[in-house]
Amino acid sequence: MRYVCLVYFDPQKVFNQSEEATAVLRASRPYDDELKQSGHMVVTEALELPDHAITVQVRDGKMSAVDGPFMETKEVLGGFIVIEARDLNEAVRIAAGIPLAKLGSVEVRPVVDFSKPRPQL
Amino acid sequence: MSTADACGALEMAYRSEARRVLATLIRLLGGFDAAEEALHEAFAAAAEQWPRDGVPGNPYSWLVSTGRFKTIDRWRRQARLQSVLPELAVRVDQPAEIAVPDAVQDDELRLIFICCHPALAPDARIALTLREVGRLTTEEIARAYLAPTPTIAQRIVRAKAKIRDEAIPYELPARSDLPARIESALRVIYLIFNEGYAATEGPNLMRADLCDEAIRLGRLVVELLDDAEALGLLALMLLHQARRGTRVDAAGDLILLEDQDRSRWERGAIGEAREMIARAMRSRRIGPYVLQAAIAAVHAEAASAGETDWAQIVALYDVLLRVDASPVVALNRAAALGMRDGAEAGLSAIDAALAHGGLDDYHLAHAARADMQRRLGLPDAARTSYERALALTRQPAERRFLQARLAQLGPATREPSSER
Repeated sequence: MRYVCLVYFDPQKVFNQSEEATAVLRASRPYDDELKQSGHMVVTEALELPDHAITVQVRDGKMSAVDGPFMETKEVLGGFIVIEARDLNEAVRIAAGIPLAKLGSVEVRPVVDFSKPRPQL
Repeated sequence: MSTADACGALEMAYRSEARRVLATLIRLLGGFDAAEEALHEAFAAAAEQWPRDGVPGNPYSWLVSTGRFKTIDRWRRQARLQSVLPELAVRVDQPAEIAVPDAVQDDELRLIFICCHPALAPDARIALTLREVGRLTTEEIARAYLAPTPTIAQRIVRAKAKIRDEAIPYELPARSDLPARIESALRVIYLIFNEGYAATEGPNLMRADLCDEAIRLGRLVVELLDDAEALGLLALMLLHQARRGTRVDAAGDLILLEDQDRSRWERGAIGEAREMIARAMRSRRIGPYVLQAAIAAVHAEAASAGETDWAQIVALYDVLLRVDASPVVALNRAAALGMRDGAEAGLSAIDAALAHGGLDDYHLAHAARADMQRRLGLPDAARTSYERALALTRQPAERRFLQARLAQLGPATREPSSER
């Protein structure tokens, strides 16, 4: 099954040149390589910080674009890794190995299987 | 070798070897997480190499040493990045002792015992056993238990954390602990079977996948351990399973034992179970599973409901009550007594069991009481009891059954309050 690991962190904690943060950032690339080698990796991207982002909405046929996401929290989406795993627990184990999990948090989301009925809310 | 052959061999190896390889890797690498990653890497390597180089003569050994080597290699690479943990260094330098057949069996038993460890919560034991021993995915377990997948995933994560944090050893229990530990393992398997057989939730009364899995686990334990109760449990599950096709009708409604089509009971499974019971009876340790299996076998042997040897069943319940004095056993004995000595004797035995406590909220106690009252020609009393039972179960098929019984009784003839 396919899962997406969404990596959230507080930029103040990651880009503050502390020893801990530097070690975490240095370990990130090798972990990606490990996941490639083990066959778990589908694709991964790191994201520029939200001050480089623009948020688009269409309402009543009109497009609006605003700077940045409307985020109240300090944690921002910093990147994602799409993985192939046997089940949710394997995905959780892989997510726990992501170095940035030490500074931020990783949300593990299964990718939608379109052969199953859509949720009815 | 063709690619298709190698793929087939790989699939077969996964089904037959994954659990054993994992069990050994946990011992060699010292933890679930490292072992699971090693297992994954071993099979990934097999997918690459087997089509090219052929399937190794001993896939188990190949997978274990490949998984172990890949992990050690990874640890060495990581060690270059971070400072090596001292205990890792020790493990890296240990010589691998892998393949003696007895040791493989021991590894599988270690895996079962640690998954069913009494220090873990019952729910966690079940989830961990299904995933690590049964090789079900988190998603499959969640589907079987109609639970959200993250709930099951959390249970497994917490159980593993507990094993790690409390340093629960990956060892075979000491001889003095063995009976209690076997009991805990058998209990986990029986709970899995029961959840499949008498689903407490959901539209279907049975969830066959869980029953099949429990029987697979039961067979594994019997293969690995010479234990009478393990045989008894497997026999008991097989006897229930032999009747599965006749227990519910096409509409999903319950059919009582006395009304089931006995010609459709699976004679093969019944025969196998009987041999197991005979084997278990020859041993010294006869416990509740063997006795329950023996009772189920008496039912299975009767050509018709009327020919059931109720005297033998009551006698077996008397013995069972001595080893397991639970309210439910007392209730079942009372119901059997009602068949041997008549409804009046049955009703007073059921009332005695109810008075003993622990059954007030058990719907089957009230249903059994209602049944005796119905047979005694006390429709009003029976109605009250059926209604009580109905209020206590949510299972749709059970509810339909009780409602049908109520409908058969017809409308109330007097105020139900006059019931005794």
